Amino acid sequence: MELRAKLALLADAAKYDASCASSGSEKRDSTQGGLGSTEGMGICHAYAPDGRCISLLKLLLTNACIFDCAYCINRATSNIRRARFTVDEVVRLTLAFYRRNYIEGLFLSSGIIRSADYTMEQLIRVARTLREQHGFLGYIHLKTIPDAAPELLAEAGRWADRLSINVELPQIASLKELAPEKDLPAIHGAMGELSTHIADAKEARRTAGRAAPPRFAPAGQSTQMIIGADNSTDGQILGTSDGLYKQFRLRRVYYSAYSPIPDASAALPPQPPPLLREHRLYQADWLLRFYDFTTEEILSGGEDGMLDLEADPKLAWALKHRDDFPLDLNKAPREALLRVPGLGARNVDRILEARRHSRVKLADLARLRVPLRKVAPFLVAPDHRPPPGQIDATGLRQKLLNPSAFAAAQPAQLSLAL
Amino acid sequence: MRCSVTLDAPADYGGWRRAARDLLGAGIRPEEVSWHTPGDAPELFAGTAPPAARPAALSVPRDFLELAELAVRHSDGERFALLYSLLWDGRRDPGLLRNPAEARMVRLHAMARAVRRDAHKMHAFVRFREIDTPEGERSVAWFEPEHHIVEAEAGFFQRRFAALRWSILTPRRCAHWDGEALGFTDGARRADAPAGDAAEDLWRTYFASIFNPARLKPDAMRAEMPKKYWKNLPEARIIPELMQGAEGRLRAMLGQEAKPPARRQKPGRDAG
Repeated sequence: MELRAKLALLADAAKYDASCASSGSEKRDSTQGGLGSTEGMGICHAYAPDGRCISLLKLLLTNACIFDCAYCINRATSNIRRARFTVDEVVRLTLAFYRRNYIEGLFLSSGIIRSADYTMEQLIRVARTLREQHGFLGYIHLKTIPDAAPELLAEAGRWADRLSINVELPQIASLKELAPEKDLPAIHGAMGELSTHIADAKEARRTAGRAAPPRFAPAGQSTQMIIGADNSTDGQILGTSDGLYKQFRLRRVYYSAYSPIPDASAALPPQPPPLLREHRLYQADWLLRFYDFTTEEILSGGEDGMLDLEADPKLAWALKHRDDFPLDLNKAPREALLRVPGLGARNVDRILEARRHSRVKLADLARLRVPLRKVAPFLVAPDHRPPPGQIDATGLRQKLLNPSAFAAAQPAQLSLAL
Repeated sequence: MRCSVTLDAPADYGGWRRAARDLLGAGIRPEEVSWHTPGDAPELFAGTAPPAARPAALSVPRDFLELAELAVRHSDGERFALLYSLLWDGRRDPGLLRNPAEARMVRLHAMARAVRRDAHKMHAFVRFREIDTPEGERSVAWFEPEHHIVEAEAGFFQRRFAALRWSILTPRRCAHWDGEALGFTDGARRADAPAGDAAEDLWRTYFASIFNPARLKPDAMRAEMPKKYWKNLPEARIIPELMQGAEGRLRAMLGQEAKPPARRQKPGRDAG
């Protein structure tokens, strides 16, 4: 098969993996030789019309697979064309795209062929060739095959910036049903092993003298869960994420709304879940990692273990905890301000800084580009006091979800605030 | 007395700092100073040079200087005046330069943010084309930044592509790397850069294949990759056809009858 046809097929087969991150690795550059650099910040070199960032050349080495996971376009029983890159083809494509500044590096995954060890060896060969023969210093993300031998996992970490193993589904029962060859204990075992290697390498670097010890996936490990292919609730999904973050110190859990694929399996729901559900899960994940929310608190904003689709998770939580509000903008501690719908962590820190110099008004928040209509019911400031009873009014939710109705109902209040 | 200061370049941060210290030392109020860069029209240069005075010893928050260094690259003609007026008032009100909610500081933060974004988009959207020259292969790109960032950002490309020889051409300034040193020349025209080539077809193939037609979100794409950049991105040419084809591809996937499963491939035999 011609290279271009292979590229079309094996990029198409790779696009269901949501991760395209190229951030958070060690700093390195080519001033002492080699090609490429990573400076900490990820770079999105393009955006596709699906709104997703294109940072890495995301490819499968082959879309042939001995596994038969129902949600996957590459499953053994799928009626698709199969193709396989040679190691050299992936290396040449990566270098050619990188030199033209199209990409930050490579994200290489693969269907399982022959055996887990054989497949992992092929992935490692690409990374090793790039690093050793071509002095490639760009970003490499390798998919890790959980059943591969420990020494192969150890070698993968030497060449890659990031490793990932997808848990795919949040419940073991769903995995048994939809991905019968996948083995959750083996996945957790491999994640644990990676986590230990990553932590050891980090510690060794911290304490080492002149000779830098071997590196191991300096950008850590991540995973992905498919949303809407089974009947898991948002609570089960977030619970699984929380457990993975705590147990294996994952950098990220990616959520990928089950996407319609050509030649779909009959075992799957015919309609994909709303993309909004995926979006709410990302927002909830953010609250988990950066806003000190617990899974239980986040879920208390929704009903029956599902997040509120209409309201973002912080607003949904606040509307069910109205007794905590309104807060005094000039007195509330950081952790309380972080829970105000519409206030992000960066703006909370700016408010705390501004408070040291003068009393902060709602008008100051407007200059920080805070959405005033959203925060106003939850805050008291020198130039703003929410009308008595507003926080408890049954119509507040509707007004916040539909800002134009809010503006029409409260002209005096808003003109004062602005 | 009206003073006129002409800096050496549009983003001459060191020159601005020296001039600001002199002006503060001489007690010259912000409204008495006009700031210029070499490209300005000559009739604007009315006024005298700042008087010699003992430069003011200044204690300024480090964060403010970092913001200032970014903001001087902004294309806003008032950038030097804004910075000087903040320094002037900061002497009486030391909290001013640390207050992110004060109106002028908000403007300064916005300018720094715009410069950072412009730099980030330059790192992302520069697209090299490779040409043969008598000295060997050279990578050449045409890019149109909004602000005066070429000199500041050339280092990024030097660190990344030290092994290549490259030029980044822009309307106001061009950067060149010959493998040993960075050089800068005056602005160029788009026609000075090479035209598209066959390698870009391969990149468009990738761009088309990595796009998922079941998740069409053109607003999200345009928010991060505004249309003004499209004319210099080889892949952007096919965006309209990808968007037009998406709905039909999705309908076909949702309406399909589940086919009988294909025969499993035998383990041990590889495809293609």
